Amino acid sequence: MNWTLALPEIVLGISGLLILAGGVIPKKDSFFPVSMAVIGALVLTAALVLGQGEGTAFMGQYVSDGFSRFAKVLILAGAALALVLALDFNAKAGLDRFEYAVLMLFAAQGMMVMVSANDLMSLYIGLELLSLSLYVIAAFDRDNARSAEAGLKYFVLGALASGLLLYGSSLVYGFAGTTNFDRLADALSSGQVGMGLVIGLVFVLAGLCFKISAVPFHMWTPDVYEGAPTPVTAFFATAPKIAAIALLMRVLAGPFGDLSAQWQQVIWFASAGSMLLGAFAALTQKNIKRLMAYSSIGHVGYALMGLAVATDGGFRGVLVYMAIYLVMNLGTFAVLVAMRRNGKTLEQVDDLAGLGRTDPQMALWMAIFMFSMAGVPPMAGFFGKLYVFLAAVQEGFWVLALIGVFTSVVGSYYYLRIIKVMYFDAAQAPLDPRSAGVTVVMAGTGLLTLLFFLFPAPIIAAAQSAIVALAG
Amino acid sequence: MNAAGFPILSLVTFLPLAGALIILTVRGEDEVVARNARWTALWTSLITLALSLVLWVRFDSASADFQFVEQAAWLPEFGVGYHMGVDGISVLFVLLSTLLTPLCILASWESVQSRVREYMVAFLVLESMMVGMFCALDFVLFYIFFEAVLIPMFLIIGVWGGARRVYAAFKFFLYTLAGSVLMLLAILAVWYQAGTTDIPTLMEQAFSPRMQFWLFLAFFASFAVKVPMWPVHTWLPDAHVEAPTAGSVILAGVLLKMGAYGFLRFSLPLLPQASADFAPFMFALSVIAVIYTSLVALAQEDMKKLIAYSSVAHMGIVTLGIFTFTVQGLSGALFTMLSHGVVSGALFLCVGVLYDRVHSREIARYGGVAKIMPAYALVFMLFTMASVALPGLAGFPGELLVIVGAFKVSPWVALGACMGMILGAAYALYLYRRVAFGKITRDDLRSLLDLSPREYAVFAPLILLTLWMGVYPSSFLNFFEASVTALVTRHEAALGAARLAGM
Repeated sequence: MNWTLALPEIVLGISGLLILAGGVIPKKDSFFPVSMAVIGALVLTAALVLGQGEGTAFMGQYVSDGFSRFAKVLILAGAALALVLALDFNAKAGLDRFEYAVLMLFAAQGMMVMVSANDLMSLYIGLELLSLSLYVIAAFDRDNARSAEAGLKYFVLGALASGLLLYGSSLVYGFAGTTNFDRLADALSSGQVGMGLVIGLVFVLAGLCFKISAVPFHMWTPDVYEGAPTPVTAFFATAPKIAAIALLMRVLAGPFGDLSAQWQQVIWFASAGSMLLGAFAALTQKNIKRLMAYSSIGHVGYALMGLAVATDGGFRGVLVYMAIYLVMNLGTFAVLVAMRRNGKTLEQVDDLAGLGRTDPQMALWMAIFMFSMAGVPPMAGFFGKLYVFLAAVQEGFWVLALIGVFTSVVGSYYYLRIIKVMYFDAAQAPLDPRSAGVTVVMAGTGLLTLLFFLFPAPIIAAAQSAIVALAG
Repeated sequence: MNAAGFPILSLVTFLPLAGALIILTVRGEDEVVARNARWTALWTSLITLALSLVLWVRFDSASADFQFVEQAAWLPEFGVGYHMGVDGISVLFVLLSTLLTPLCILASWESVQSRVREYMVAFLVLESMMVGMFCALDFVLFYIFFEAVLIPMFLIIGVWGGARRVYAAFKFFLYTLAGSVLMLLAILAVWYQAGTTDIPTLMEQAFSPRMQFWLFLAFFASFAVKVPMWPVHTWLPDAHVEAPTAGSVILAGVLLKMGAYGFLRFSLPLLPQASADFAPFMFALSVIAVIYTSLVALAQEDMKKLIAYSSVAHMGIVTLGIFTFTVQGLSGALFTMLSHGVVSGALFLCVGVLYDRVHSREIARYGGVAKIMPAYALVFMLFTMASVALPGLAGFPGELLVIVGAFKVSPWVALGACMGMILGAAYALYLYRRVAFGKITRDDLRSLLDLSPREYAVFAPLILLTLWMGVYPSSFLNFFEASVTALVTRHEAALGAARLAGM
């Protein structure tokens, strides 16, 4: 049995256990050293992922290919940077308990299992490892009613989604006789597809749409984003979204690739609904974390557009979009994490008033992220949209593309509103000085967002080879 | 490599960005930063201007080809490349952009006192994007520059604008973006159809009439907003009134030309059939724009708003000239675009001179200025007359050519354009009379100072150009004669081929 193929996951899991043990022993809470160890473990794992071979292991439960590597590197980077954002914030907010970092590590491991899943069972195991970690982190500020509410809400709705997914998987198993992706693909390519199998597929889709907060399974997102501590929201909005989208792509393009006529309509609807809701519901939001929640729903809608097209070009568009989304979202949340005045966390859009004067550097990065999210060239976000729109236009998905450009105009209004607040409004008292780590994340992601147009080719080539692995 | 021997277009495009980066790194006291920012911006834009003059000297006006071409791989597997070059249609707009930017920086020397560094950075970025847009020979590259212009302009209006600046900035941005995204879809459709976004290659491509129809509408959505054509012009008066003087100058001088340039560069050569089919529609909109906005201009109480409406009317003449598909009409349209860039920019500067002193743009607030500021009144009169298209000044040759071209198509269209000239004289002279002549009704006006040396320096090149363009227009017409003739020939050939295929 070729278990060494899963070396990155195994190394990450073992280091997680070691770090957990190491965190328990000292009397004093050891948030900072544990976080550093976790970041180290994530970076080590990312290095191992880059050198990972290709093939399947664990009796076909686990697959490693270009696609999984692409997604895993993004996931690990997202998790590590989200943890960097938490370092200073958690210390100031009294959340500096070492379990936080360890939970993020296990969440990352769950995501890695998800994107490497080659069987509905391993898919479910990975998803649950992620979800259980996320439930706890969402409620990490346990003395705060909103955080507890967010955790509970996420748990209840997440459990429902897991149930749907599991029920769908059982239907698929019942009608197809296997849960393995390769054998499912063989079974479905041969002949007639029963109604029960389609119903099972829809249930699986519903469960996964919940994880990526696509309409109509988005309801939890604004409340959880708002209630959870900001670094947790930063994490929620980035790595798990990538993992879930990647998982959705693998499931739809792999075993259910021959059923594309069935799932395309579902994804079409989810994409259009997400784009519309993300654009219109965010217009009146005053809380910036809620606004980012609707923004992320909208972005998932754009990514799903590429999936709805169901061609290699569309899948590539999704991957490029999600990579860019990860970068600009982490940057935006770095700014949100730094929003703190006189020791109190700020969450209103108006709290950014006059940032262009009081903190020109942060305002500049934030403006870059906002223009990028609005899809204004030459920022990275424009290229993300360009590739999914290109795929949609090529396959004649005109209605979807028109909805996409229309909602991107509507959406640009609320991104511009943040810029307006920062630059046009009268200045308030300056924010508290931010930590070096947050500045580094902000500047790094900001530069990537701003200068993406100089080096699009390697990222697109990486996405392309990932897609070849997925489709082949 | 090209006629200049070095990548001149890239240099002209990105030099202002380098200046902006230098300004961003300046640290220290506010006063020092402001002074450094002003001088760095001025020198950067002057060096850019000097460099761009190489284009004037080395440009081979006998050729209709793209010149000073630069090419580099960017996204080769998608058929998207970094491709820059200018032909007779675009080269003078590059020069117009590089000329107006230093003048704008000079004009804002004293009037902009807050956040000087950001202001200068915004202007240099704006210059970079404008020049890049006129040089881009790749559709995606063009779109990137075309859209990126919005970012600095949005900030210039929103941060340094007047009382309703937020409303005006949002209106400007969202109107333009809504038009542009439709063009983006059209670009993607073209890209998919042709497999490349290289503009010279695309010009050889023939699109089916049905596709041309939809593509034309999508391009129209974007360019008509930018021109702006009636009825999507309403963002312009707001943007002009609220923008700072220099912002208005760039807006009127260069940004309005982007729409008409788009029609010339894309709609006409790529979609000949649809352009011909839509020509009556375009004439109707243009004539309405000319007459309606001239009448609206007559009723304005705000100087900037009046000039803004006059811009819409002048741009109506431009779109009218473009869709005549005659050499005269197209040359006239191009010449009007250039002269309008100089003259309306200068008129906004004239308003700025008064605004800097009195802080009011209300026409009724003035009167008798000619007695107090004689030199200023003379300059203002010169530009007013140029705007009216008085023979011997910049406005005349272009409008005359457009009318000649329009006559070839239909006398009624020509009549519409003529009406514009008559009404134009009415509102411009009416404005001038109310501001410059009459009794001095307000005593505080008596203490106004005449033009300062800095203001002379700003106006001098514009006066020179206005006279030059009026007296000896062929030194400018020469530049685009070959390109325009080639464009018209190609257009007629394409229509002929389509007719043959139809038979």
